[in-house]
Amino acid sequence: MSRQILGPFNRVEGDLEVTLEQADGRVSAAWVNSPLYRGFEQILQGKVPMDALTLVPRICGICSVSQSAASAAALADLAGVTPPPNGARASNLMLSAENLADHFTHFYLFFMPDFARDAYAGTPGFDAVRARFKAVEGSAAAEALPARARFLQLMGTLAGKWPHTLSLQPGGSARAIQPAERVRLLSLLREFRGWLERHLFGDALEAVSALESSDALWAWFDARGPARGDLARFLELSKTLGLDSLGRAPERYLSFGNYPIDGRRCFAPGIWDSAVGAVHPLDTRDIVEDISHAWLAGSTNKHHPLVGETHPDADKTDAYSWCKAPRWRDKVVQCGALARQVVDGHPLARSLVAQGGGTVMSRVVGRLLEIARVVPMMEAWVRDLAPGEPFCAETELPDQGVGVGLVEAARGALGHWLVVRNGRIQNYQIIAPTTWNFSPRDAAGTPGALEQALVGTAVGDGADMPLAVQHVVRSFDPCMVCTVH
Amino acid sequence: MSLLCADTPNLMATLADGGIELLWHPSLSEASGADVIALLQACEAGLQRLDVLCVEGALLRGPKGTGRFHMLAGTGRPMIDWVQSLAARAHHTVAVGTCAAFGGVTAAAFNPTDACGLQYDGDTTGGLLGADYRSGSGLPVINIAGCPTHPDWVIETLLALAMNEVSVQSLDAIGRPRFYADHLVHHGCARNEFYEFKASAEKPSDLGCLMEHMGCKGTQAHADCNTRPWNGQGSCTNGGYPCISCTEPGFEEPGHPFAQTPKVGGIPIGLPTDMPKAWFVALAALSKSATPKRVRENATADHTVVTPAIRRTGRK
Repeated sequence: MSRQILGPFNRVEGDLEVTLEQADGRVSAAWVNSPLYRGFEQILQGKVPMDALTLVPRICGICSVSQSAASAAALADLAGVTPPPNGARASNLMLSAENLADHFTHFYLFFMPDFARDAYAGTPGFDAVRARFKAVEGSAAAEALPARARFLQLMGTLAGKWPHTLSLQPGGSARAIQPAERVRLLSLLREFRGWLERHLFGDALEAVSALESSDALWAWFDARGPARGDLARFLELSKTLGLDSLGRAPERYLSFGNYPIDGRRCFAPGIWDSAVGAVHPLDTRDIVEDISHAWLAGSTNKHHPLVGETHPDADKTDAYSWCKAPRWRDKVVQCGALARQVVDGHPLARSLVAQGGGTVMSRVVGRLLEIARVVPMMEAWVRDLAPGEPFCAETELPDQGVGVGLVEAARGALGHWLVVRNGRIQNYQIIAPTTWNFSPRDAAGTPGALEQALVGTAVGDGADMPLAVQHVVRSFDPCMVCTVH
Repeated sequence: MSLLCADTPNLMATLADGGIELLWHPSLSEASGADVIALLQACEAGLQRLDVLCVEGALLRGPKGTGRFHMLAGTGRPMIDWVQSLAARAHHTVAVGTCAAFGGVTAAAFNPTDACGLQYDGDTTGGLLGADYRSGSGLPVINIAGCPTHPDWVIETLLALAMNEVSVQSLDAIGRPRFYADHLVHHGCARNEFYEFKASAEKPSDLGCLMEHMGCKGTQAHADCNTRPWNGQGSCTNGGYPCISCTEPGFEEPGHPFAQTPKVGGIPIGLPTDMPKAWFVALAALSKSATPKRVRENATADHTVVTPAIRRTGRK
């Protein structure tokens, strides 16, 4: 039995340290530490509620718009305002642009470069993988970065800029789209679709989102081979390296549902419990945050976020992270693109989870599947924009009240809980996606999702940073700066 | 992350062609764990040349001066300790973003993490490295302030450093590169005609000038955001929201709601930079009385409701 402290982890957003206990060449226990504290929940107290729209996007440089969207949703809930059809579509376009850019960035810049490491030299097909995915030098980074920058030009038109927009408002969007701009947005989307179909999928987006099962995915792969595109190259690596059985996290999947439009959400909310084989309805009263192992003091060990507390206490005994431990009905859940697709009932996502569970492979496929599904939605939202009709409903905030904003960021369920008294923010509590996935233990001693997913991972003798561990960690696409807002 | 939006066919090649070798970037480089620590230790020991140290994010001195609010993973050492040690070896030290420059949003409210910038604590010199700090080149910290920074500000500063073309004269009084900080956000703002006539937006999505009611500080904020567009064609004012002066120290605590203009006797407190108050008031009153119907009506609409008259241009 030996202990090893791993860090810093590159190509994850923010600061992460993982302590592993090993026995017989496998991880026997893991502790996940977020070694950075930000203080945003403390900063927000006492501000006028609308100032949250300026402050919360600055929690993060990569999930900035999702923080804005959650804040706008919480303020809209407080005010009882509903964006007009244009406003809902423009807001969805902003959030989806960031979400897809983040999936894309994760795949090409954060996750795949690990397979191009020298440690894999000599494995079948390595030279091609290295040429394609090598960090900084690979052909994929050279091609993906300008494609990403072009795609994010959507945000120049829709939102002034990315990151840190203030176009997102409780009543919709402060930026009304004009007829010629609508044409430009469609053209940018067509350009991105073309890139994805040529390089990432080697097939039409609709063909990818029509895949109905794990078997259908492998049949699709067999019919093409790894030269067909980057998804196929990833599937080849999955097969060779057993990524379909690596990093299995607890079989409960949380999604707040995403992209509200015309009274419904395009991706359904809920909690999929594999053991039951059904979706539980989402009820935010089932959510608590446990602080027993976080460097935070509180009147009790767990709180519902509406009465949540954030008081840093760096000297607390038994604590090992600045991250709180959110739980659903006292249970650990995982969130992210895979969870979203499973809860929404996409047959490929359900099938992958039924066969192997939430693993490195299914989490990555979940993200790419979502790219294929969302680009056509974005095209439809742009077509539906009606220039000349309003984009933003007038919002009047009450002096007292409560607002809850639930959205899905790229990395999963993001919730803002806002309490206003005398026209000022009395409490503002945020639960970010990676807070769910990378939480420490709770009062019952139950480890968080990543802590569980790492157990059983094979670790080579003497490796400083076992690659399998890195694959598992990065498969969640963690955002640590949001985690410890 | 903003840097990755750079409008260049190949960001990595742009840097490499400029003679910049990326030693380590936390989002892009391959190395993790022991490899990174070894690299940082080599820089610290002077065994690896460190031409440019770029720091992103505020420096967290709390709690109680320990720096424990931000530990560099795997090292058991506070980030402020690493930064001090590396800054002592760096030929140039660059703060990327307002947090690293001045403390920024992280230092808002009662500053729960005791955050500061590399060489500034808000608008006071000092910060983590102290007012007297000079990097190996003899320059103070170069403050590429902005929340976020424009990708070009970062790339062009780095390329200029590689060409040895950054001097004290190319930085403004608070260390910002003058190539973008000698401009005002107001320059090139697409709402300028509304500004000229004080035809003002009253609510989000209105087309009018954002200065009178919506909190816009574009006439005071140092940056070239409206002549160097963001993400293709954007800027804050193009996005329908006010400039919040994010390149300035202290922008995080403006003393009023961000999207609301503070006024005394109906007159905005924050006058345009270099403009005498009496003249501004007089001109504003005059221009308001001369506002064309078109400008007045479009100011409170979200699209052009009155189009400009077409006048005969030719002489035939």
